[in-house]
Amino acid sequence: MADAAVATTATGRPPTVAPAYLAIIRSRVAAQASYRASFAVELGSQVLLVLVEFVEIYVVFHQVDSLGGFDYAEVAVMYGLAVASFGLADLAVGHVDELPRYLRAGTFDSFLLRPLSALGQLVTSDFSLRRLGRVGTGLAVLAVALHAAQVDWTPARVGLLVVTPVAGAIVFSAVFIATAVIGFWVVEGMEFANAFTYGGNYLSAFPFTVFGSAIRRFFTFLVPVGFVAYLPSLALLGRDDPLGMPGWVSWCSLPVSLVAMAAALLLWQVGLRRYVGTGS
Amino acid sequence: MIISGEVGALRPVAALAGAGYRRWATYRQAAVAGVFVNTVFGVIKLSILLGIAKSAGGSVAGYDAASLSTYAWVSQAMIAVVMIFGWTELADRVRTGDIAVDLARPVDLQLSWLATDLGRGAWGLVSRAAVPILFGAVFFGFHWPDDPTAIALLPVSLVLAVCVSFAMRFMLNLLAFWLTEIRGLVLLYVLVAGLLGGHLVPVQLFPGWLQTVAYATPFPAMVQFTIDLVTGQATGLRAVGEVAAQLGWTIVLLLAGRVVLARATRRLVVQGG
Amino acid sequence: MIVDVRDLRREFVVRRKAGRLRRTRDVVAAVDGVSFGIEPGECVGYIGANGAGKSTTIKMLTGILVPTSGHVRVCGLQPVPERTRLARRIGAVFGQRSQLWWDLPLRDSFRLLAAIHRLPAPEWQPRLDECIALLEMEPFLDTPVRQLSLGQRMRGEVTAALLHSPDLLVLDEPTIGLDLLSKERLRGFLVRERVERGTTVLLTTHDLPDIERLCNRILVVDHGRVAYDGTLPGLVARVGAERVLVVDLVEPAPPLTDVPGTTLRRVEADGLRQHLSFRSEETSAAAVVAAVSARVELRDLSVVEPAIEDVVRRLYLA
Repeated sequence: MADAAVATTATGRPPTVAPAYLAIIRSRVAAQASYRASFAVELGSQVLLVLVEFVEIYVVFHQVDSLGGFDYAEVAVMYGLAVASFGLADLAVGHVDELPRYLRAGTFDSFLLRPLSALGQLVTSDFSLRRLGRVGTGLAVLAVALHAAQVDWTPARVGLLVVTPVAGAIVFSAVFIATAVIGFWVVEGMEFANAFTYGGNYLSAFPFTVFGSAIRRFFTFLVPVGFVAYLPSLALLGRDDPLGMPGWVSWCSLPVSLVAMAAALLLWQVGLRRYVGTGS
Repeated sequence: MIISGEVGALRPVAALAGAGYRRWATYRQAAVAGVFVNTVFGVIKLSILLGIAKSAGGSVAGYDAASLSTYAWVSQAMIAVVMIFGWTELADRVRTGDIAVDLARPVDLQLSWLATDLGRGAWGLVSRAAVPILFGAVFFGFHWPDDPTAIALLPVSLVLAVCVSFAMRFMLNLLAFWLTEIRGLVLLYVLVAGLLGGHLVPVQLFPGWLQTVAYATPFPAMVQFTIDLVTGQATGLRAVGEVAAQLGWTIVLLLAGRVVLARATRRLVVQGG
Repeated sequence: MIVDVRDLRREFVVRRKAGRLRRTRDVVAAVDGVSFGIEPGECVGYIGANGAGKSTTIKMLTGILVPTSGHVRVCGLQPVPERTRLARRIGAVFGQRSQLWWDLPLRDSFRLLAAIHRLPAPEWQPRLDECIALLEMEPFLDTPVRQLSLGQRMRGEVTAALLHSPDLLVLDEPTIGLDLLSKERLRGFLVRERVERGTTVLLTTHDLPDIERLCNRILVVDHGRVAYDGTLPGLVARVGAERVLVVDLVEPAPPLTDVPGTTLRRVEADGLRQHLSFRSEETSAAAVVAAVSARVELRDLSVVEPAIEDVVRRLYLA
């Protein structure tokens, strides 16, 4: 990178790659804007999707007053956090699961011929603003649920509330990237990734107390989606973990998400090295 | 003569079904991945359902732990059979104009796609249904059907579930004649169909008004009614009634699909695509 | 040297089914000890049959593939470890893999590439204007790439590869599938690019006229090794490749066995069409035509050039 900085001053290039990515994203948004009617329908669909998903929780609490020891409002808080986090991650990097398509079409080689990171180009090669519908609806559900749950607000909890969707988005982004790497090995088997991305999304919206210990551990320590909604909700709602996790763990989403992201980027490098090592 | 004529007419249907089966059977890696994903989602879904039953004191809306497990695993096994998730193959052919080639063929467009879809469903049953059900039976318990009527009707019900699902997807795809982009619509359809069809949660757990809404749609005929035969929710006369409803929806929806197709073709002829 | 390759080797593992469950694992060397250097300003044709190792070499030069062993430097850089720095110094056109955005107008693709290469406007704008004028792209600049013809798209691809004024331009089958006019326009442009800017060019092709028009040197690869390194006439002389004059006569004539410097290869339609082969180093097409028309009345004629595959095959047999 030091070399790049020197080259910059010599040729008068912009000093960072940010404008390059901005230009790519802007062009992607412009390409979508040309289908304005369809865009409105898709945005609306995303809002409806979140609401239809929520019906599952509505049905649950029509039958019972608590699920795994948590009431309607508390589970709705988890659901809102999960939806907003996943929506943000999907918006930012959700496109990585298209990797096999780029590998098959040879477009991935074109990425390697440009002076930008291949991962950066992959995630920006489609930027679906319609996913904002999901983020917005998730945040709205979260707001209503937090109100209903009568949270005892403290400055620390407000801070946690602001950080949590960001941390959650980083966790899901890491899961997206780490599982997309599968595509470098098995081109037809990309659906495996869905078990962790969409499966993680589904599971993260519910109290972990309903899951068996193997699943719980897997999705807390290995694929840390427990840190997206369930654990931070405990801190927001002022509840102890019925499963006996120490209280401070609930505040750790951000550092955990950064570790997860670092691990995911490392995996990506391994996958890329394999691709460049074997060719197609 | 009449009989041999009918056998002759059935031959292309069988051939198309066989082709549909073989075409999907080439994606073996995808089938393995799909089984894995369906199983993971099955565990999550069942955990939530068992959580409800636990809070409700052991059983909920007539489901005990074993029948909830049966529900969860059969509903997961049916994903690939009735293709609960999106299908836009026909819409893609409309968009690219290849549909004109299909229309020019001397076979009925709707029935030939239906035959292909039944072949695809058969492959789904063979490749993706057994593992989730065995996994569930071994690790979570399973309620094997014991009502003779239900057992006898099960294969019929499964075929009709594919037919209803196909008839709906067929019409949805034909909308591509009028709309430039149907991806958003398909996504929404998948979720509504999954919910009202009883794929996420059994319809019997819905509040009364939502049950009324669900039973007024063809969606339970795609998923819930077939599952009911296995879980024991539908036995005897009720089993017959649910399969009859599936048959009714199949006829109504396939006829409706023909009306939509006729309008779409007229549009194609008039506007030249 | 702008390209420096020594003892380059690349192996692939090929897994084959042997019986129901057993699989064999074979190591195949796609590139098997290739060495060559390219000086600035050269235009080198890299030719060989399909599967000879051309694409594998190109991939190793452009940083898409790691060599199994050997030494590679392109513009003084190691292609894979210094991929992004190399990407600023080279331009590449792979016939089948587009650098352009299919859903954007051509003009926007160029703008985007300039941003990706972090080029200041005063640097790339004149370059683009020049390419637009020379390749006559004005009429379709605002057309989305997906609607362009192959010829139009290829002109866009070449421009996209040159926008950042690379030192080395790598072209993989640039004229494949193009009509004659498009081929000739592209060749003319590339000749000019090389003469005026001194851009080094490395191209793979199956098209002999590409090499005749563009290349001062050719490298023939066969079975992963360099089989010939030199000029095109030198290669033709070495393998004795033959051109064939096909003449259509006004009236049937007896076989033309006595035309100097030629061999009669075939007689069709009772002598109405005859095929005479000759070697460029022994006689010229003009001399052969003159000799033939002194004997019989000509209605039509054509010269069939030796196919590259044919030349290469002869080289291998020799």
